[in-house]
Formats: sequence, structure tokens, C-alpha cells
Amino acid sequence: MSGFKVLQPGLLTLIQDAGRFGHHRIGLTTGGPLDALAFRWANRLVDNPANTTALEVSIGGLVLEAETDAQIVLAGAEMPLKINGAEQDRWHAHKVQAGDKIEVGFSTQGARAYLAVSGGFDVEHSFSSSATVTREGIGGFTGEKLQQGDFLKCKPLEEHRAFRLPEEHRPDYFDDITLRVITGYQQHAFSDYQKRLFFSSEYTVTDRADRMGYRLEGPEVKPSFDGILSEGICHGAIQIPADGQPIVLLNDRQTIGGYPKIGSMISMDTARMAQLLPGSKVSFEEITIDDAHNLHCLAHVRFNNTQPEQID
Amino acid sequence: MNAMVNNGIKVEVAGENALIVYFGEKTDPRVSAQVQQAVTILESELSGKLIDMVPSYASLLVIYDMLATDHLEVRSIIRKVVNQLDEATSGEGNLVTLPAYYGTDAGPDLEALAQRAELSVEEVIKLHSEMEYRVYAIGFAPGFAYLGEVDERIAAPRLSTPRLKVPRGAIAIADRQTAVYPAVSPGGWNLIGLCPTRMFDPQAEPTMPVQVGDRIKFNPISREEFFALGGELGEIQ
Repeated sequence: MSGFKVLQPGLLTLIQDAGRFGHHRIGLTTGGPLDALAFRWANRLVDNPANTTALEVSIGGLVLEAETDAQIVLAGAEMPLKINGAEQDRWHAHKVQAGDKIEVGFSTQGARAYLAVSGGFDVEHSFSSSATVTREGIGGFTGEKLQQGDFLKCKPLEEHRAFRLPEEHRPDYFDDITLRVITGYQQHAFSDYQKRLFFSSEYTVTDRADRMGYRLEGPEVKPSFDGILSEGICHGAIQIPADGQPIVLLNDRQTIGGYPKIGSMISMDTARMAQLLPGSKVSFEEITIDDAHNLHCLAHVRFNNTQPEQID
Repeated sequence: MNAMVNNGIKVEVAGENALIVYFGEKTDPRVSAQVQQAVTILESELSGKLIDMVPSYASLLVIYDMLATDHLEVRSIIRKVVNQLDEATSGEGNLVTLPAYYGTDAGPDLEALAQRAELSVEEVIKLHSEMEYRVYAIGFAPGFAYLGEVDERIAAPRLSTPRLKVPRGAIAIADRQTAVYPAVSPGGWNLIGLCPTRMFDPQAEPTMPVQVGDRIKFNPISREEFFALGGELGEIQ
């Protein structure tokens, strides 16, 4: 059997594809990569289709041993990549052989990196996706994070193109960022003053920031009522519970809930926020749904038009 | 006939690729039936453009593909569909009977709830099992079906301190909602019994015995019958 053995799983390494869609009606959330852009690049640099199964490494600490020849790549947060002890470039595919040791060190900037392999990891789908959601116990290997001794199957390397992304196209990760938000949902429950407060204040990422949601801390924002009849929660929705502290709901969010929401963050920016560690500062900028749509389409076109350099 | 249907239905922006349709503001079987109708029609009307939908008590979240459509088109399709909705009856979902073992070992909050309501335990069981419930929403966790509404007399607020561990199958009440926990999880609802039927089984087809819009009745069973049906008491913390 060809693949990779997990020598050390790291703090939180999860098997992910693009996510699980179409199953909200039985209460299943989406899962999938928190930073979809870095995930897409990882797969593209080893010439995989966009929805191929890869690993999301949070913070770092992953060590694998190759038991097959393959092209691998690491994209996303600045986690040092070593192959057999020698540091290697990220955003750059590398050929590994059976017996090689691959180490993903701890991040110096950013929180999530994606390790993709030529042809993808071969993981059984559950509800049409391999995405791991630990809260649900669904996806990956029995719904859990990667464990020491796990074996990640993949096909032996055949003819496979590989690429590197030139430096000028690699994203930078910062500590203090502005995140774009569309007002919506119960925005009418927030007075003009409360909205101004929200959009002009600085918030801090707390240590209660995970794949379900990022809890932020800052000036209290109060809606005119505390609870609503439970309703569907979309990706990026910003709910404000009674304590007035915003929670931005992410990939592993509950599908319905009853807290008032001021609006939603655009997905380009939830990806940037998910790269932040506790203590980072964020502020919000209001944009229209048309602007959000245009930004998304522009990013899509730019991604497709950015040509990585072929190296193999 | 349709004029009333459109009355009061609102469409709001939810996120960059999501609109939410509000059909009403209260728990109402007729409103819930309209949500169900809209799900069925929108599924075909938005074919190829839809990513997912989340129906709930009185609302429907519609998530669409931004590379295939935009909020203006989706909004106009929603408007058209909402105009087609029948003046709904409460709908005729499947009637599903769930066995229920009510007992103090299975439902640690049963006695307190009865005391609070100034009823006997037997009366609480009778009130809970005589009512026919509707599945208003599924969410919170895979397979967690929100059933409503329980008799006002046995409505009970959530526990002030949620439990760390509620067993799979726990039958619970929060306000006028009732539910069966599909898996072991933390939870703040009042536990009154256990149901041996699995509410969510990824290996089974279908994965859930109920869907939104179905009608549910609980059928009281004895402790012996509960175990004979494969029930387990589970750990409560």
C-alpha cells in the first residue's frame, strides 16, 4: 500500500477537501479548508483538481514518512518545511521518495497551512466529502483529527506536473487586518450608533477561536433584542450574543441558531481571519453585497490567470 | 387566495452568497408548511445555481453559487416562487412514532419538571406523549430535530448550567420545544426520558427516521421494552 505514515500529527491536522455541501437539511455543516485560497493553491501546484483531499495543518508540528514516490507541496501559513532535515521552499512542489521524512514546523506567521500530494490522499467519502468535522464525528478517519500511526493512502506517482508559485503571487499574513462585512440578517436590530461602534472599533481575537467560530473581544455591541426564532446560519455570519461580543461563524458552525446577527464577513476575509492567532487585532469595513460579489469574481479570475512556473 | 401568502414574506441579505426568506415570526405549522413547499420548488427553480438550503421554523436560508448567479436573480426567483405558494394547510408529513421510556433513571429532570408544573410525573408523561409534534427544523448537530410544540403546562426553561454529557437518545424539553438527542453531546435541555430509536446513523439509509415537516408521536414504553429495543441508559454528567 502506498502512502504516508503519520509519525507526529501536530497540534491539529485535519483531512479536508473543499467541503461538504448539500447536507444542511440533516444538520451537517460544511467543514473544508478555513483558508480556501491557500488550499486551492496547494492542490494546483501539484496539478490536482480543486476539490482534491489534502491536509490542513493548524499551528504546525506535523511529521510524515513517505512510503511512496510523490510530489508534495506546502502552501499557506509560514511553517518551515523540511525534507530529510533540509529546509525547503513553500508554495513549491517537491519530489519525495519512499523513506523520506517530511516535517512541517511551527508557524512564524499565520495559523493554517495546506499539505497536498500529487493525486491527492485517498480517503473514503462520508456524505459526498472527505472533510473532517470533529464536532460531528464525520469525515476524515472516523471524524477525528490526524493521530500518530495513521496511514494516509495515495496513488504511486505517475506522470505528474508540478509547479512553484513565484514570490510576488504568494499571500502575506499580517497580525492586524481589516475585514469586510455585508450587513444583513437582523441588522435592523442594531441602532445606527451600535453599527458605527461596530465598524469603527478594534476587536481582539480571543483564545476561543476555532474552526467553528472566532470569538472577538472589544466594545460591546447590543441589539435591541436577545434572541430570535432559530434560523439558518451562513458561512461568515457574525452573531452577537447577550454579552455584546461578536462571534464570526466559520466552516464547522452549527447550521441553525437563535442569536441576532449583524451581517456576514466575506469568505475572502474569513480566510484571512482564520490565519490569525489569539491576540491579533481586527477591524471591520462595511461593503455592499454587489461589491462582495465583484470581489469574489475578480479573485476567481485572478486565481485562474495567475500562472505558476512549471518545474517538473 | 394567494394574496395573503405573499403578505409579510420578507427577503433579506444573509451573506455574500446567501439570502434568507422570512415567512413569519412565530412557530406555526402553516408557516412551516410554506417553508417546506418553497424548499421543494426552489430546488428545481435554482437548479445548477444552488449550493444548499437551511429550512427552519419560519425562515429559509438559500445559499447560491456566486459564479452562476447573483442576489438579484435569486431574489427575483424567490419572489416568483413565494407568489406561487398555496394557502398552506399545515401539510401532511409522514407520521413517525418514536418509542419513549419515561422514567427518573432515564430522565433526571422529570421530577423537577413535574414539581415546577404542579403536575404528577404521570401527568407530564401523558401530556408529552399525547401531543402530535411537527419537525420544525433540523440543526445544532447532525440529526437534531426540533419538535414543537409541547403543551404549555410542561414547557420549561433551559437549565442554568448545561450538562457536559447528555446521552444519545435523551428526550428533552426546552421552552415549548422537544427533541431527541441524536448523539452524546453537551446540552442544556430538561431530560425526561430516553428513546431507543437512533435519530442519526451515518451508516443507515435514510440516515434519519424523520425529516422537516414530519409529524411525530411518542409512544410510552416500559423499562423492559426499552432494553429489548436495544436502548442503553448512557452516562449523564
